[in-house]
Amino acid sequence: MKPKLKLPDELGHYGIYGGRYVSETLMPALLDLERAYLEIKDDPKFKEEVNYYLREYAGRPTPLYFAERMTNELGGAKIYLKREDLAHTGAHKINNTIGQALLASRMGKRRIIAETGAGQHGVATATVAALLKMECEIFMGLEDTKRQALNVVRMKLLGAKLREVALGTQTLKDAMNEAMRDWITNVRTTFYIIGSVAGPHPYPMMVRDFQSVIGEESKRQIIEKERRLPDLLIACVGGGSNAMGLFYPFLEHESVKMLGVEAAGLGLETGEHAATLYAGRPGVLHGSKTYLLQNEDGQVKGTHSIAPGLDYPGVGPEHSYLKDSGRVSYTTVTDKDALEGFKFLSEKEGIIPALESAHAVAYTTRVAPTMPKDSIIIICLSGRGDKDIQVVAKALGMGV
Amino acid sequence: MTRIHNKFEELKEKGKAALVTYLTAGDPSLEATPDIIYKLEESGADIIELGVPFSDPMADGPTIQLASERALKNGTTVKGVLDIVSKIRKHSEIPIISFGYYNPFLSYGLRRFSEDARNAGVDGVLVVDLPPEEADEFKIHTDKAGLDLVFLLAPTSTSERIRLVSERASGFIYLVSVTGVTGERPAMDYSLESLVREIKNHTRLPVGIGFGVSTPDQAARIANFADAVIVGSALIRIIEKYGNNGKELFKEISGFISGLSKACYRDS
Repeated sequence: MKPKLKLPDELGHYGIYGGRYVSETLMPALLDLERAYLEIKDDPKFKEEVNYYLREYAGRPTPLYFAERMTNELGGAKIYLKREDLAHTGAHKINNTIGQALLASRMGKRRIIAETGAGQHGVATATVAALLKMECEIFMGLEDTKRQALNVVRMKLLGAKLREVALGTQTLKDAMNEAMRDWITNVRTTFYIIGSVAGPHPYPMMVRDFQSVIGEESKRQIIEKERRLPDLLIACVGGGSNAMGLFYPFLEHESVKMLGVEAAGLGLETGEHAATLYAGRPGVLHGSKTYLLQNEDGQVKGTHSIAPGLDYPGVGPEHSYLKDSGRVSYTTVTDKDALEGFKFLSEKEGIIPALESAHAVAYTTRVAPTMPKDSIIIICLSGRGDKDIQVVAKALGMGV
Repeated sequence: MTRIHNKFEELKEKGKAALVTYLTAGDPSLEATPDIIYKLEESGADIIELGVPFSDPMADGPTIQLASERALKNGTTVKGVLDIVSKIRKHSEIPIISFGYYNPFLSYGLRRFSEDARNAGVDGVLVVDLPPEEADEFKIHTDKAGLDLVFLLAPTSTSERIRLVSERASGFIYLVSVTGVTGERPAMDYSLESLVREIKNHTRLPVGIGFGVSTPDQAARIANFADAVIVGSALIRIIEKYGNNGKELFKEISGFISGLSKACYRDS
């Protein structure tokens, strides 16, 4: 089926996916948020304000870098890296938090909360909270606070209060449950900055719109450099915000193929993975209908990935829609291969990627050699790898 | 007419607000759940909300979260919950509402659930994370099966939403007493009275109040302006504490519930 481009519909649906599956206490807040967002999203003043901070504060536009050594090494398609790792705070997450925090400000909310897995969204939220003098609390699974200790310190330095979540799987899923519970309790005063294209409407739409700057810049930059559109876009998918941001502005160009890379963890056959679109089926979690890793009785499964940002049993509803429509393909990469991708990019290009982004790099090393030399791939290098050094050192037996 | 409707009619005659008690099926065990429900009924509970446990209960505080975890560890499934209801129906006609989060129902199949639930003797369904906007598909099947689909309202609900929920709801309307998750609270917000009045302008359905109710004093005050008093976490705490000791558990439940039940009689 040919995918629709103008989504979601007025109830926040992407085909059968998306929507607003939340308790009544939150419904009025979501309707308010949607109204406020639709009112100002095309307001030239608001856009200028967002663009000002993206440019002067976050350092946009980020480069579209021709990875010549990687290209030569693989001997196939020309590979470009969209350098979101060079954005302020070291990942694409800042694009979204600037937009949402400015919206929160306009709505008169002075307290913001956020969930985080890898800590990148937590850091990006704490950063804008400091910038805009807002009170900020970040929910993070206990397991993640251990493996991303560097980001925990960064958030604290930025003045955010860290709420460690010792419930359930102690990772991103339970961090989001706790953030939702806080929001239900403090909904009148608090703005919840969701960090991915997940959650109830309008979040998947809003986060996609704020992240679309990745794809819009990439399009402009590739046409400048190559005078044509790319053949293939590759991005990692946990919740899927960096992928959605890169893909969305290209959806209308049918010649551009797109590939989302999920975490196969210890291997799909082991059950220890986070490959939602690959191994899940439609369900409802955290406010939207989407592919979900669940058991036969509808209970959400625990997940595993070496990359905390991908370690999540759900996925943005628009990705579910794009998968079913066939417009975007989704594939998987194991922890082990992601580590190879991590090393490869570090050694060949002098760029240490986040473990999440290393999944996209790893898949590229497989697919690029099979493509002709005049074809073009853009990888979204969604974040930098400083936060992962300890985990990688341990996995590679290097010791820190 | 459903057992729920009949129960409210019967209680109106008696001048009593319905005492609705929540417990999670399978906590402390699947075998114990029917016996606890008989004890609740014997002690004065009027309607049972039987919780279907979910791995990610986003609107619940720690007490019910832990109850869900225990129930899942005990192997509680949707099918298992329906089996419990079938068993209870051999001994009791107390109205039972299946209470939970959407995904387990969705996974079981909305039509299949509605039919099986009706056959088991369930009277109504309340899905915490299913607002009326998303409920059309489920409602087709619950209507067909003759099950009530109960919706929530909250202190944050606007007049527009009160109208919407009133139009779609059946059985009764569950008014959440606080902006927050489930759990006991020392203080209640009695300005709810005006909210109940506003809801009643839009519907003839009974209105029940839950979240945070744990004492006879709170129950008595609510009974004066609402049609049902809903108690959850406070009961779960007793089950949590005495779970493995049947005799003590039943004694505690009996004392706690009969105190609340007496408080539900108006002007008593």
